[in-house]
Amino acid sequence: MAVATHTLAPDVEDTTSHVTATGISNVKLAMWAFLGSECLFFGALISTYLLYRGRSAEGPLPSDVYDIPFTSVSSFVLLMSSLAMVLAVAAIYRGDERRMRIWLTTTALLGMVFVGGQVFEFTEFVRQGLKLDTNLFGSSFFVLTGFHGAHVTAGVLWLLSLVGYSLRRGIGPEKAIAVDVAGLYWHFVDVVWIVIFTVVYLVPQ
Amino acid sequence: MATATVTVPASTPAAGALRRPRSTTGIASWFTTVDHKKIGLLYGMTAILFFVIGGVEALLIRLQLAAPGGNILSAQEYNTLFTMHGTTMVFLVVMPTAAAVGNYFVPLQIGARDVAFPRLNAYGYWAFLAGGLFLYSSFFLGGAPDGGWFGYANLTSDYSFGTGIDFWIIGLIITGIGSLTASLNFIVTILNMRAPGMTFMRMPVFTWMILVISFLLIGAIPVITIGLIELFFDRNFGTNFFNVVKGGDPILWQHLFWLFGHPEVYILILPPMGIVSEVLPVFARKPLFGYSFVVFSGVAIGFMGWGVWAHHMFSVGLGPAAVTGFTLSTMFIAVPTGVKIFNWMGTLWGGSIRFKTPMLFAIGFVAMFIIGGLSGVTHGVSPADRQQTDTYYVVAHFHYVLFGGAMFGIFSGVYYWFPKMFGKLLHEGLGKLHFWLMFVGFNLTFGPMHVLGLQGQPRRTYTYPEGMGWDFWNLISTIGSFTIALSIAVFLYNIFRTARKGEMASDDPWDARTLEWSISSPPPPHNFDRVPMVEARDDFWHQKYGEDNEGRPVARVRGGSNGDAPGGHDEHIHMPSPSYWPLVSALGLPFIGYGLIFHWGWLVLAGLLVAWGIFAWAMEPDVEPESEPEPELEPELEGVE
Repeated sequence: MAVATHTLAPDVEDTTSHVTATGISNVKLAMWAFLGSECLFFGALISTYLLYRGRSAEGPLPSDVYDIPFTSVSSFVLLMSSLAMVLAVAAIYRGDERRMRIWLTTTALLGMVFVGGQVFEFTEFVRQGLKLDTNLFGSSFFVLTGFHGAHVTAGVLWLLSLVGYSLRRGIGPEKAIAVDVAGLYWHFVDVVWIVIFTVVYLVPQ
Repeated sequence: MATATVTVPASTPAAGALRRPRSTTGIASWFTTVDHKKIGLLYGMTAILFFVIGGVEALLIRLQLAAPGGNILSAQEYNTLFTMHGTTMVFLVVMPTAAAVGNYFVPLQIGARDVAFPRLNAYGYWAFLAGGLFLYSSFFLGGAPDGGWFGYANLTSDYSFGTGIDFWIIGLIITGIGSLTASLNFIVTILNMRAPGMTFMRMPVFTWMILVISFLLIGAIPVITIGLIELFFDRNFGTNFFNVVKGGDPILWQHLFWLFGHPEVYILILPPMGIVSEVLPVFARKPLFGYSFVVFSGVAIGFMGWGVWAHHMFSVGLGPAAVTGFTLSTMFIAVPTGVKIFNWMGTLWGGSIRFKTPMLFAIGFVAMFIIGGLSGVTHGVSPADRQQTDTYYVVAHFHYVLFGGAMFGIFSGVYYWFPKMFGKLLHEGLGKLHFWLMFVGFNLTFGPMHVLGLQGQPRRTYTYPEGMGWDFWNLISTIGSFTIALSIAVFLYNIFRTARKGEMASDDPWDARTLEWSISSPPPPHNFDRVPMVEARDDFWHQKYGEDNEGRPVARVRGGSNGDAPGGHDEHIHMPSPSYWPLVSALGLPFIGYGLIFHWGWLVLAGLLVAWGIFAWAMEPDVEPESEPEPELEPELEGVE
């Protein structure tokens, strides 16, 4: 988070205007490296889930609790948020700050719908008797998807901060990189969800 | 010292509630500094502090084992001491030392005025310090961790009581956050902020190795973080990751830990290898033999380091296929390491060698590392490893690579760069005394452990009975450990003495090769009055020397091309302004930890503190605007964030 919020500093020249040795701006390069690190973060969680798949001694098992149509819809909502994010980045590079705010807010709202869906799903699972400590499935499922949900939540806060900043101080095209980098993070969180949804929900147990 | 005027930021109302700090001198300035050199010194001083603490822990362990039936420590105290000794030396001494030297010298070696993210860099230091202090606060808050530096589940998940392991988990996560941000900063700095002409194959080897370990760290840190999180959840929230009763598998912890842990070994050793690759050419007055082989060997180690982790687990029963595969990959990784050793020896061959203290430590590094490397190869042979697992032979091996290797390399760097950092030379006689005491003490301490290990003395066992045949070598080992302690006392006295009446150093006391020696000692805050134009590998050497017909160096007449020459300077160099926010946002981290362990109230307060720090940080410009109009952006300013 700190990496990217950093780019909001108002009186700095846009980092892209500096000539860097690689031609990629500093913040963008740092974000790519950070996302590389995040790949291993989720990689380790997903590996844990896969290792313990089908090894729970007692139920409830995935087939007992999963509601695939429901999760498909919330996954679709998250994917659409990436579209909104692309439009927000395009808008700010055009200098259209108003549209950028609209699309950023849309992205954040779609993200919140996804997180809301996850909260509902978790509550439903607990009601059906699947808790963190019930079995290996409960432990690995909740920790994996919970950390993903936390990433989405952090992203929502970041996007709303950008909207607030834009309203208070304005984000010109020269600071578009701040929105761009937030977008990189957001797309990454979406891509990770595609992997999680496929591996955790869709691949038959 | 500095011929250029450095902009002192004008006072403007800060974005957060606090007024922007302005002073760049005095004690308070150290808390708000974003100067990579000062941050490097902070890392270094903190690492020395933790080195002394970790050393005292080691001495207590050796006192306990000096004779059979030792009763200085209880079994529990012994467990906490070897756990804290290992954790301290790995995470709070050798890792931050790489950050210290890297912070100070990477920008100087690549001809940059600053790092890419000055405040993020400061944050990395404060997070490291916060994590270290948090870990040590466990001694006063219910007992220190006692599960070994590797924290094997399910010993740590089910059979370690109290909160010690929780402190260990959260402390390592916090220092991990610091390492991650430091690595991101290093990667971007090295890739993006090289001076014109500083191509990759002209970069000093030390800078190369920092780049390699930064990539290793951003890959390794998240893996152990997941392991630690799973362990914390098992201990506190009832999950079953390592709970055998519910089908969990403690071996998962070992995989996650060593998938981090083996790259970590190279994270510890590559920077000292880089230091030695700087020191040997300077004191042999020859270019590094096979520069590109040394660089690519380092990169190859970085890649192969990901494929050998299970050689730490040969005795857990992975099956013949896995054991064979990891035996082979372990044999293969010895190749690039051996390549480096031959290149160092090739550098010495035919050189006009000066046996100054940095050189002694560098040669000591090479010699000790060969011994440690060879005993490492014997571990790699899995049948032999069955005999060695969990004995003192293993302890001997990793101290030969991490003390005989890493620490000797680090001390080489300290003696080599001390005059650049402080403008004074450490006393040469005391330095040599330090080296010989440490060299003898080190071999007395850890050499006998090879014998003890093969005779079957187990690690991590707080005492041993008479009549095992271990008495003599244990006593020798303890005597050796106090010899090392004496050598460290000599080193600390040398620093103290040098601070009071040390010999002043010139800008280039060793007749060295790389850019950091082209500027004043100590360097000005903005490093380079003019950003250097790099035309060759070892550019500074080629500024000083041409070659005669037989390739011998011939001194050039100085033509004032030196960056420090009077006359040429820029009027406006904007250095980033000091900031409170890295400190504030890092300060919240340990209190989040206390919240998780003791009471959720802390969690809320600390969370708010961190959020406040991050938001104020984001709102704060990194360079305070001046009252006078901004001058035209000069080419020299490019690259400064």
